[in-house]
Amino acid sequence: MAQRGGAQRPSGGGQGKICQFKLVLLGESAVGKSSLVLRFVKGQFHEYQESTIGAAFLTQTVCLDDTTVKFEIWDTAGQERYHSLAPMYYRGAQAAIVVYDITNQDTFGRAKTWVKELQRQASPNIVIALAGNKADLANKRMVEYEEAQTYAEENSLLFMETSAKTAMNVNDIFLAIAKKLPKSDNNARSCWMLQVITFKTGETM
Amino acid sequence: MDEEYDCIVLGTGLKECIISGMLSVSGKKVLHMDRNKYYGGESASITPLEDLFTKFGLPSPEETYGRTRDWNVDLIPKFLMANGQLVKLLIHTGVTRYLEFKSVEGSYVYKGNKISKVPADEKEALTSDLMGMFEKRRFKNFLVFAQDFKDDDPGSWKAVPGFDPVNTTMSTVFAHYNLDKNTIDFTGHALALYRDDDYLNKPAGDTLKRIKLYSDSLARYGKSPYLYPLYGLGELPQGFARLSAIYGGTYMLDKPIDEIVLEDGKVTGVRSGGETAKCKQVYCDPSYVPDRVQKVGQVVRAICLLDHPISNTKDALSTQIIIPQKQVNRNSDIYVSLVSYTHQVAAKGWFIAMVSTTVETDNPEAEIAPGLNLLGPVKQKFVTVSPIYKPLDDGTGNQIFISESYDATSHFETTCLDVLSIYRRGTGDDFDFSKVKHNLGDEDM
Repeated sequence: MAQRGGAQRPSGGGQGKICQFKLVLLGESAVGKSSLVLRFVKGQFHEYQESTIGAAFLTQTVCLDDTTVKFEIWDTAGQERYHSLAPMYYRGAQAAIVVYDITNQDTFGRAKTWVKELQRQASPNIVIALAGNKADLANKRMVEYEEAQTYAEENSLLFMETSAKTAMNVNDIFLAIAKKLPKSDNNARSCWMLQVITFKTGETM
Repeated sequence: MDEEYDCIVLGTGLKECIISGMLSVSGKKVLHMDRNKYYGGESASITPLEDLFTKFGLPSPEETYGRTRDWNVDLIPKFLMANGQLVKLLIHTGVTRYLEFKSVEGSYVYKGNKISKVPADEKEALTSDLMGMFEKRRFKNFLVFAQDFKDDDPGSWKAVPGFDPVNTTMSTVFAHYNLDKNTIDFTGHALALYRDDDYLNKPAGDTLKRIKLYSDSLARYGKSPYLYPLYGLGELPQGFARLSAIYGGTYMLDKPIDEIVLEDGKVTGVRSGGETAKCKQVYCDPSYVPDRVQKVGQVVRAICLLDHPISNTKDALSTQIIIPQKQVNRNSDIYVSLVSYTHQVAAKGWFIAMVSTTVETDNPEAEIAPGLNLLGPVKQKFVTVSPIYKPLDDGTGNQIFISESYDATSHFETTCLDVLSIYRRGTGDDFDFSKVKHNLGDEDM
């Protein structure tokens, strides 16, 4: 079986186990889904990030005490725009970040719809985080922190306001998810997919 | 959608999704629409189970079927050849990263009212119960020749005197090895995967290549030459649609297609609702252009829900059984395929069998009886008879490129040939795999 992705980052002692999880991003167009990933994975931010083209599958690892959590991060590739996201997208996802823009009330309403969709379509144990992005634009705020926090508590979601631009809470939200994910062998993707065949890109025939 | 695109693709069946992906990767601006709310068209896997029951006008399934969301039922049964064209396309486009596969456990052939494992190499041939001892030896010699055969290496042709891949017919090769009718039957139908006997009087090179594809595919994962994706075949179109989206393709589901607009005999756009999207080319399946296709035949398919594996297959959780035409006095083969809960297509403990063949009579359901008889008790059966359509022209005139309906073959080889042919007719070029490989490599960090 081929390992997906490429990065190898040894955790402190080298004794810890590695668990791989699929994480999906959801949210209205232009709330900053791709920017959050770009900040988390590459430490970069582009003020005028184009609509997602070309890269929609990134990996990044987070080290906890005795475990290395490897995120396989799926971006929507713009398929959410006309409500045309394929069921494959949610399939097997163990974590999701639902993103809204704190300067736009509509995107918060849309985020709630995505949470409902996840509760209906995704696996029952999925860890969902709500991210109120563009927190650097607090002077244009339209969604109150307390409102989002109350909603998150009612639905057992992790919640943080983030800024892909200043990096505020970006690593933290991924870390919080990593901590909440179950690390038993049964749940880690790499552990139960033993009989399954995956291919490496560019594998020669 | 009032924009201008290079290409508009209609229908999200597997062929259209592959084409859409290839066009986007090649830098074309693509709009991809489907009249349905879901991806896949005819190549969707239906979920939840009540949707399948509703589709066939039946009341909701009873509780014994388990969680209905655990079901993903294919409408068209096919497997991937492990060394075949579709796997090549999947690997080179990187779409494999969205999919997971399992190797199909067994491949069987029907002979004289029972089924036997298909032998595909010398060792298996020697232990097969399909042939007597002397026939085994002759078959083994034939297999050695087939496996060593190279199209461009006359040195590998020597075993058969006077052989050349174009002018020697397959029946001449069989005659040289003195193979009997039954052996020829399973070689042509269960190894070379021909549906009828026309191949016997055609150039031997093609048949030998197909036998090699079977044995090379078998060599990759062992138990059978076939692969099947977890969650059903409907994952394949979704994967290629994602590829297209990643390269800038725009997706719209649930869009009624009202008109393909032509000017001076060439396509200029597609009208949906009050809007018209402009384009230079349209790619679509036959259902979007009923007046531009002709019916060339029919396929009958029975989807059968079982709570047990098929007898005499060592309780395989997935299998294929081929019933060669001659065994049941027909002109085309009957295919049986089985997948199960281990592929995330059925609730725990359940199996989905599909029996299909090309229609030859006025009573299609009776034609698949030999296949149905192998299954044992069937809990629920859904039978469809689907017309096979082909486009009236090659599309180069009006720039409307139409795919053919999915045929009765048990794998995706003809599907890929159609896709590559459409791409070539539409763009004037063969698809350049190297374009994708490079860009996708950058994504892995």
